[in-house]
Amino acid sequence: MPWDLDNDRPIYLQLMERIQQDIVAGVYQAGDKLPSVRDLAMEAAVNPNTMQKALSELERNGLLHSQRTSGRYITEDKEMLKQLKSDLAASHIREFIEKMKQLGFPEEETLELIQNAIKGEH
Amino acid sequence: MKPILECQGLSKRYSSSFYALNNLNLALEKGQIVGLLGPNGSGKTTLIKLINDCLHPTQGTILIDGMEPGVATKKLISYLPERTCLDLSMKVKDVIAYYADFYENFVTERAYQMLQDLEINPNARLKSLSKGTKEKVQLILIMSRDAKLYILDEPIGGVDPAARDYILHTILNNYNEEATILLSTHLIQDIENILDRVVFIRQGQVVLNQTVDEIRTQHGKSVDSLFREVFRC
Repeated sequence: MPWDLDNDRPIYLQLMERIQQDIVAGVYQAGDKLPSVRDLAMEAAVNPNTMQKALSELERNGLLHSQRTSGRYITEDKEMLKQLKSDLAASHIREFIEKMKQLGFPEEETLELIQNAIKGEH
Repeated sequence: MKPILECQGLSKRYSSSFYALNNLNLALEKGQIVGLLGPNGSGKTTLIKLINDCLHPTQGTILIDGMEPGVATKKLISYLPERTCLDLSMKVKDVIAYYADFYENFVTERAYQMLQDLEINPNARLKSLSKGTKEKVQLILIMSRDAKLYILDEPIGGVDPAARDYILHTILNNYNEEATILLSTHLIQDIENILDRVVFIRQGQVVLNQTVDEIRTQHGKSVDSLFREVFRC
């Protein structure tokens, strides 16, 4: 299945997000080897040069590192992976709060709704 | 790095007052997939025919890997014309043998692999195939060559969406990092994710030449939306 990508945002950014998401979700573990650029590009159904750019950016952030001949690996820095996870959570929460504000809910009420929803589920 | 294709001041005049191309300048680097986009009658096919030595320019120069169009450049270019040039009474396997005989860089095994993936019978005659299947066979012939420049004029117009995905997959899979693909199409949305860059042409001139992500960053919209805006009727 090609990856689900938006039409209006730069493709390489979306590829970065998707790979970060996969790392946080445990599809890849710390220290794992990533598939080759070509295989990832084929899987996502995107241009290999765009995939290359996304991986280079993730390398620059320190999330990936490449070993000259053997390919790219996920960082073994568990702290960094934990940080990534909480960063992603924080951005989802900010987005959610923003949407609730647009619907006219003050923060206290939003919090109450969340608590009710969690209670309701368990 | 030397571009694989370089057009300078290229013009093609069909009648005393009608220029299909008008002082067009374009350079394509190696290892890129480029979309050639423009409304009907903007000069896409004229440009493609000039590159393939099917037409002669009124003015200007074309260089393919540093050479003018001719016998030598036809070895480097694998060209899918907009209309078929095949003898429709031939069988699929005969056309493959014909191409293998004609082009040194044709890889027969690759062609048969793709026929199998698309469930096309090698013993069928071309004229017995549907329009879409005929298009698939032609694309297989083109992509089975190890060329430096692939030029595809409307490669996915007549095929169903599932086969379209397979064809895009085939294009991604078969081109090597040194090769360049120039493809013209109106189905922008379907191919946007596999392109490096897009070239918009209008009235025989290049009006935009940017990477897909540059367009999305700069305009905050897809190439498809930008096209609809630039060429609004």
